[in-house]
Amino acid sequence: MNFFRAIGRLPWSARIALLILFFFAMCILFAPWIAPYGESQIVGDVWEPIGGTFLFGTDQIGRDLLSRLVYGARNTISLALLTTALSFLFGSLMGFLAATMRGWVDQVLSRFVDIIISIPTLIFALIVLSAVGTAIPVLVTVIGIVYAMPVYRIARAVAMDIEIMEYVEAARLRGEGLWWIMWREILPNALTPLAAEFGLRFCFVFLLISGLSFLGLGLQPPLADWGAMVRGNADGIAWGIYHGLIPAGCIALLTISVNLLVDWLVHKASGLREDQ
Amino acid sequence: MTENMLEIQNLLIEAEIEGAWKPIVNGLSLNLKKGEIVGLIGESGAGKSTLGLAALGYTKPGCRIVSGSIRFDGQELTTLPEPELRKLRGVRVSYVAQSAAAAFNPAHRLIDQFSETSIQHGRMNASEADQRGRELFRQLELPDPDHFGERYPHQVSGGQLQRAMTAMAMGCQPEIVVFDEPTTALDVTTQIEVLAAIKEAVHARGSAAIYITHDLAVVAQVADRIMVLRYGDLVEEGETRDLLSNPTQEYTKRLLAVRSLREERSEQASDAVVLKVDGVTARYPNADQDVLEGVSVEVERGKTVALVGESGSGKSTLARVITGLLPPEQGQVSYKGEILSADLRNRGKEDLRRIQMIYQMPDVALNPRQRVRDVIGRPLEFYLSMRGKEKAARVAELLEQIELPVDFEERYPAQLSGGEKQRVCIARALAAEPDLIICDEVTSALDQLVAEGILELLQRLQNELGVSYLFITHDLATVKAIADDIVVMYQGKIVEQGPKQEILTPPHEDYTALLLSCVPEMDPGWLDNLMGNRRAVQASTSQ
Repeated sequence: MNFFRAIGRLPWSARIALLILFFFAMCILFAPWIAPYGESQIVGDVWEPIGGTFLFGTDQIGRDLLSRLVYGARNTISLALLTTALSFLFGSLMGFLAATMRGWVDQVLSRFVDIIISIPTLIFALIVLSAVGTAIPVLVTVIGIVYAMPVYRIARAVAMDIEIMEYVEAARLRGEGLWWIMWREILPNALTPLAAEFGLRFCFVFLLISGLSFLGLGLQPPLADWGAMVRGNADGIAWGIYHGLIPAGCIALLTISVNLLVDWLVHKASGLREDQ
Repeated sequence: MTENMLEIQNLLIEAEIEGAWKPIVNGLSLNLKKGEIVGLIGESGAGKSTLGLAALGYTKPGCRIVSGSIRFDGQELTTLPEPELRKLRGVRVSYVAQSAAAAFNPAHRLIDQFSETSIQHGRMNASEADQRGRELFRQLELPDPDHFGERYPHQVSGGQLQRAMTAMAMGCQPEIVVFDEPTTALDVTTQIEVLAAIKEAVHARGSAAIYITHDLAVVAQVADRIMVLRYGDLVEEGETRDLLSNPTQEYTKRLLAVRSLREERSEQASDAVVLKVDGVTARYPNADQDVLEGVSVEVERGKTVALVGESGSGKSTLARVITGLLPPEQGQVSYKGEILSADLRNRGKEDLRRIQMIYQMPDVALNPRQRVRDVIGRPLEFYLSMRGKEKAARVAELLEQIELPVDFEERYPAQLSGGEKQRVCIARALAAEPDLIICDEVTSALDQLVAEGILELLQRLQNELGVSYLFITHDLATVKAIADDIVVMYQGKIVEQGPKQEILTPPHEDYTALLLSCVPEMDPGWLDNLMGNRRAVQASTSQ
């Protein structure tokens, strides 16, 4: 009961966002049952029309677009989630350490992060992936490290705000160790801003993975991936075949929904009243 | 022309608290004649600021005027459209806030901010506003009034900034000025000067004023009439002298009685020295000046040593040296004869356990994500290795000692009031079973009656447990009530120290005399006498 009442109090934008994300979540969990055909199963002619036998038609090889979208959701979103989670873990840990220990630890970590951040993300990813290959662990590691850097900055800023509070000093005076202070004093108070940030980072990670797939360096065929699907179907536009726009539309839909949800979360966390 | 400058009738204002609209001003009426000063006094939540702001036709976001009327010089403010209201504000009715630092834009000069109102409302041009500013600065006795305006807010002291804000509010010669706790955030000695300056300025202009404060002695100095508020209701109202000498309501009597001395309590004390600070000189890292110089203090078992001084005297720094947060340049701190490590990180658990600290602001001293039972339970776990049932039982015991119901252990700090939070902080300190508790301005952020309760609790605990207190405060009334020994500090040095009676009876060191003279008395004529005396002294010494 409480859950539904909570949803009822959300603004319209957040409600729609939640609905769309729920749908995608179903795709991730129940892909084999939702998708009418297999992921790489050839079911018809090349580029069958949208709305005909197949709901979204077929792609450039003849695979069902709808099924590919569902499997693509599963592949890319779970990969993006895993990567974002790892980057958050890594970035937050470093950020909290820097804020709690200060001194030379803070200096060394911050300068290290400055260096990594100054390298253009896409170029960095392209170079590493071309050199080392596009196996999934490599993808996750590279993108994870790259996106851990902005998380470091935010986690450090949030932790510093908390660290100057008297209850942290009271814990220090008690003789509490570093780990206790980070885990029990700082982290519980940093969760809300970090959660909001998580949503935003997820969008960026997702776009990066899709972008890399579009360039051929992300998920490799026959794995379904929305970015790769855009690339594969893009050539058709010259002949008035718009199938490529559907996966592109899905990417937009996902990122907009996450953004709307995060907007609402941030608004709630900021503590501002409705009329301010 | 109506007799009353301001007429508020049966005003009902509601605020949205946790989804429901609750009344915060309950049908109050207020009449203000031209040139009259009315004092609004009460504790937090009484509705004084809300009522004061209503005089400007303003309600804070989240509040709404439900019924009643506000008539300013015959004009009804509740129905006036916003653009018309804006023409009144700052020009005919103005507002002086509690925090001068928050009211000024740090990026603009003082004179520019002063002139802004007058120029915006088209009252005068820049050079006239400039002239007027200098006049007002001179009248408020600010240093170098002709050039004072050229400074930025961060270049002047707190008291000067407060007076600059008063000048800003009086720039357009308003008919009503609303003062919202203007001296609460200032030191005692500064408070006196600002108070006198305000009184002077208001009378010279013939403005009417509403003076909001929680301090009855302060309002007694400036107000002609006093209204006592509580939870949005009017408790009592009357002429200042009448109200102070013959209060009729129980609540008013309690507020007045707060300043009276508490009875001497039984001695569970001994002469055994618990803490000894020996010749400590300290400075903050990268500073070029010492914050403490050659400070030596002794605290005996079961006794309370009050450390008195104004901001910048070094009292909180001394607390940091004792707890090991700031290692001193010279000198040492010893506990029962054994020298303690200068740095907190080198002290053992037992050493840390014996000296506990309670902070000024309970809002930031408690982790908002920990329940009361975790806050109190952690020291038990950490120092005394208590777990499970034993720990739960001891937590219940401690809650009882601090006079809170046992089911409060479930609560988060946000669900407690200021006084309750401070009690939880006390319980947290007690849980470690310390010998010495350093109380760093523990009652300064609380309402007077609530602070009374906390002080009584601390005294009772001292009687029962024989714990010693190092009580840091700037409030002499508190000192008079609970201290055994007094240490007076000024700019990092000890001015005077000794048993309470010795320090409080003359002869005094100059600074002690100054401090003692600045504590407002309940006598309405006290301020005028004090300023008269000071001027006489200044006149005679300048000859």
